[in-house]
Amino acid sequence: MYKIESKNVDFYYGPSQALKNINIAIRSNTVTALIGPSGCGKSTYLRLFNRMNDLIDDIKISGQVMIDGEDIYGKGINVDSLRKNVGMVFQKPNPFPKTIFENVAYGLRVNGIKDKKFIEERVETSIKQVVLWDEVKDKLKKSAFELSGGQQQRLCIARALAIQPSVILMDEPTSALDPISTAKVEELIYELKAKYTIVIVTHNMQQAGRVSDRTAFFYLGELVEYDETKKLFTNPKQERTQNYITGRFG
Amino acid sequence: MLSSSITSLTVVLIVVFLFKEGIGLFNQKPVEPGYVIAINKNNKVKELSSVQLKNIYDQKITHWSEVGGTHDSIVLFQLEDISNYYSDEQIGDNMQNLGSCMSRLVDSLPNIIAFFPDKYLDKKFQGTLLEVDKVTLHDFFAGKEWIPTAKPSAQLGVLPLILGTLWVSLGAILLALPLGLAAAVYMSEIANERVRRIMKPLIELLAGIPSVVYGFFGLVIIVPLIQKTFDLPVGETGLAGSIVLGIMALPTIITISEDAMRNTPRAMKEASLALGASRWQTIYKVIIPYSISGISAGAILGIGRAIGETMAVLMVTGNAAVIPHSILAPVRTIPATIAAELGETSNGGLHYKALFALGCILFLITLFINLTVEFISNRQKHNKH
Repeated sequence: MYKIESKNVDFYYGPSQALKNINIAIRSNTVTALIGPSGCGKSTYLRLFNRMNDLIDDIKISGQVMIDGEDIYGKGINVDSLRKNVGMVFQKPNPFPKTIFENVAYGLRVNGIKDKKFIEERVETSIKQVVLWDEVKDKLKKSAFELSGGQQQRLCIARALAIQPSVILMDEPTSALDPISTAKVEELIYELKAKYTIVIVTHNMQQAGRVSDRTAFFYLGELVEYDETKKLFTNPKQERTQNYITGRFG
Repeated sequence: MLSSSITSLTVVLIVVFLFKEGIGLFNQKPVEPGYVIAINKNNKVKELSSVQLKNIYDQKITHWSEVGGTHDSIVLFQLEDISNYYSDEQIGDNMQNLGSCMSRLVDSLPNIIAFFPDKYLDKKFQGTLLEVDKVTLHDFFAGKEWIPTAKPSAQLGVLPLILGTLWVSLGAILLALPLGLAAAVYMSEIANERVRRIMKPLIELLAGIPSVVYGFFGLVIIVPLIQKTFDLPVGETGLAGSIVLGIMALPTIITISEDAMRNTPRAMKEASLALGASRWQTIYKVIIPYSISGISAGAILGIGRAIGETMAVLMVTGNAAVIPHSILAPVRTIPATIAAELGETSNGGLHYKALFALGCILFLITLFINLTVEFISNRQKHNKH
């Protein structure tokens, strides 16, 4: 069974159609990269999985998006619970103006967890998972803004991990980072695959090639090609994919 | 450049004028100019404070012993009492003999205190002319009575007015803050774009209504309502003032807090929601803490508006210059006092200067408020990076 499945998904911002009939199936414990030029709908598509698009007025969606076999746009779906299961990391590091500790503990606290010891342990585990513990263990009470951009982004990943989701969405997680921080995050993505299903939007095709198992190429709201990453980059079936990955447009 | 220097110059001139007139108060004696207060030359009392004088003439002090003299009752004398002592013939047709009559009268009554114009002060006058202290800062700020037209000695205690102002403003902000904050949260986080586009101009319109209209509304609707609800003899109370001012402060609080909340980066909100926080959790754990400086600035500016508001308060608070002991008592605020009384004062007189001094106090309060806002919004900018 697939972890995430989308069937005939159409999506509209007001009158304009942003996604046209998207069908993708994603297996557990894989990394899927969504690539394509700006405005192709890849971020919009990613944000369907945790219903982040709901924040925007005047949107319309049709078709089905299933996670663990359940239609997340169906009736009786609790969006807050869905988002606990589907974590998200954003384009720019966006820690809260709180301490490093409180940033990671936030998701636990809003879930009603009060047990101090439990929270402390979970915060520590999560920060260790993103290999940040040694750098921040002495300044957990300091503001998260004191960290570097790369550290902040890893902190945001730790924050998402703390509530133990099964899916992690990453929206161009390294676009605001320097090459060394980028390498660290990519390494992390590779390690996290063992426990989580990861969907990552990226502008950077080398990155998609390095971290993902499968890649989906979007163009003007259409899914042009979806295949194993190796195949898609070495032997694309579609000409448009070929043109894009060889840099002829985009 | 030119216009800004003209503006600054105007402001400076206004402030200088205000303070020049206001501070002049403390060079004045609280006794009406052209009048003297005289006692018998054998009376041991040499000096009376303004408050003592007032109490003597109100007959709250009836014996000289209470102000440091002998155990005799005080005989009060004002000019119109003269006919009790001397006949019209003795005084003379044109009051030409009034001076000598006064001299004789004060000489003959050892316990008299006489208040009369100094033009009837005879050259051979034997009694003691009492010195009355100048108005002191302490009298002014700690005095509990504001009766600037009292004779012989004006009472210029501004404590009831300051407390009245703060009392009404505090009530206003206690009413307006929760309501305004709720409205701001609704507008920035819950209402959709269409509702917001209708509500925002409506709320801004609320700020443009002339204050006298608010006062009228308060007088016709709120005052009778309070009178009925609490079964009071009159409905013009501090509470009525607080309600009207609260409504007037709402637009300031709502627009400023709403702007601050909308300035919360979308990324912050999304981060919170993406972690499974509900909309309300996001509002009170992320958005309100993030925009707290903007909210405080809105609240303080709202207070500033309430403190400086004149007309509406004048119309609904009952204007009794007494220290308020409950929200259901009439109060009088500083701006209302200035507005109501300035027309009746003589230019440059004691009362006139006292009102200017009140203006100075008001200016200092609002200056303090504005500096606080400045401080808070600077800190806000600092916080974000």
